[in-house]
Amino acid sequence: MSWLDNDPELSKPMPPYVPSTEPVVIKIDNLVKRFVLRHTRSMKEAFVWLLKGRKGDLSEKFNALDGVSLDIHEGERVALLGLNGSGKSTLLKLISGVMHGDQGEILARGRIAGLIEVGAGFHPDLTGRDNVYLNGAILGMTKSEIDENFDSIVEFSEIEQFIDTEVKFYSSGMYLRLAFAVAVHTDPEIFLVDEILAVGDEPFQKKCIKKIKELSQRGKTLIVVSHDLDMVKRLCERGVVLENGKIVEDGDIRDAVSHLRPDG
Amino acid sequence: MTTEIANRDFRRPGRGRGLLDVPKHTFLLRLLVDKELQVRYRGSILGILWSYVKPGVQFIVFYLALGVFLDLNKGLENYAVYLFSGIVLINYFGEAFGNGARCFVGNGDLIKKIYLPRELFSVSTIGVGLIHFAPQLLVLLIADFVVGWHPNLMQLACAVVGMCILTAFAYGLGLIFGVANVFFRDSENLVDLLVMVLTWVSPIMYAWERVADKAPEWLLHLYLANPITVSVELFHYAFWYPTLEYEWHVPPHLLSMWTPLAVVIALVTVVVGDLLFRKFEGNFAQEL
Ligand SMILES: Nc1ncnc2c1ncn2[C@@H]1O[C@H](COP(=O)(O)OP(=O)(O)OP(=O)(O)O)[C@@H](O)[C@H]1O
Ligand SMILES: [Mg+2]
Repeated sequence: MSWLDNDPELSKPMPPYVPSTEPVVIKIDNLVKRFVLRHTRSMKEAFVWLLKGRKGDLSEKFNALDGVSLDIHEGERVALLGLNGSGKSTLLKLISGVMHGDQGEILARGRIAGLIEVGAGFHPDLTGRDNVYLNGAILGMTKSEIDENFDSIVEFSEIEQFIDTEVKFYSSGMYLRLAFAVAVHTDPEIFLVDEILAVGDEPFQKKCIKKIKELSQRGKTLIVVSHDLDMVKRLCERGVVLENGKIVEDGDIRDAVSHLRPDG
Repeated sequence: MTTEIANRDFRRPGRGRGLLDVPKHTFLLRLLVDKELQVRYRGSILGILWSYVKPGVQFIVFYLALGVFLDLNKGLENYAVYLFSGIVLINYFGEAFGNGARCFVGNGDLIKKIYLPRELFSVSTIGVGLIHFAPQLLVLLIADFVVGWHPNLMQLACAVVGMCILTAFAYGLGLIFGVANVFFRDSENLVDLLVMVLTWVSPIMYAWERVADKAPEWLLHLYLANPITVSVELFHYAFWYPTLEYEWHVPPHLLSMWTPLAVVIALVTVVVGDLLFRKFEGNFAQEL
């Protein structure tokens, strides 16, 4: 089947899930995120709407996250699963602070590094090198820490040749490589990974998964969003399934996977 | 394997502390300023040297066209210096305000994917503005020394105050328009218009007495309540007046009343901008 089966580490079955008793690092309470399906983006329309006495709604709204409550404990490896549009990326964005919720609350402690979809916080007009510095600084590294880790970051990403090229010319895999390399070198305590592994080639995926395993063995907390159910089954012990912005399953990864794959 | 994480406090992700975040992130701020300059001068041979060439040429053109050919020196002695001390300010204001208004949209790629205290973007535009202001100030000082300049300490202090007022005002307006621009892209077009209007409703091209001669008192008061007018007059007082042979008067109550008022207006702008920013920052990522 896939390389996952040949890897001695990854082919071992995940031990049964036991709810963690470690301290909570992410506490999500009744979180609601409302999006506007905006029809207008000009002042003219907004002005007309105001003149008309604000009749009718300027725009339709819907809840991408609809009352999500979730506690994540230190050292847990959690897979966030669900169909397209179920709210997984939105939840990660709220946890990383990129967006704010409309109701409810998120509390977190520990350094968070997030790889949110492809292109985790790079500036397209800067070179790979400059982006390593910018991204590293954003994730809380000091100049000397980045200087020290720079070679190792580039080596991990395996794109030495392109490090002085502007990242807008990178392929999505190269983007991922560099973003992943920076993120793991910031030594995050909570690591959020959204989907992105899908664009890496097989050798790099292997390398990432090995690195993720290593982080988790050092007690780091991991939240992975992926549609690759076979992969998350080997990587995470806990699965959370979202459906239309609500949690419909939270527990052993095998239960979560079979929720999404009732026939298999 | 419990680490010391249990002893740490919970934070709400993505909630910055506004300007209080700046001192903690000086390295990141420097990178953002560098980034801005790099993107601006990408593929240019002279690069940042352009910011010396432009004001230099601008000054020579003013001196020849307005001072010598149009003979405006008759009305206002050292007219080119007069004009230039206002122009450098409005250039700085236009740049800081304009880039401030564009900064959130322009940094959309970063804002959408990763959290950093976003007010740093606004602060970095002030940094870029100051970097471009420095060469203009240099040209102004050279012109000053050529025509003979004898400022006293008070006048130099006025220049610093004028600069601070304008910085705060540009920062505040940049924040307000920057936030608005995320939701309505019209806002950045409004900025250029506003800068143009503000250039003409402050005594940059002409002397304030012209307004005093023509306008009723209430209009003059309104005119002097404009923080840009105040900064420009403070700059005239510092960089032009000490080159004159004759007595000149700053607008009445400039130092005792209009300057403090301008400080208040500029600070209020910053506070309003900051409040708007905090209220809407959480929606930036989804709107960009
Ligand atoms: N900025 C936005 N503005 C409006 N609606 C949005 C925005 N971002 C996401 N949505 C909507 O929120 C819902 C959830 O989106 P989200 O990206 O979280 O889904 P997902 O679970 O990550 O899906 P996928 O598996 O396809 O990545 C979708 O219906 C999407 O259209
Ligand atoms: Mg997604």
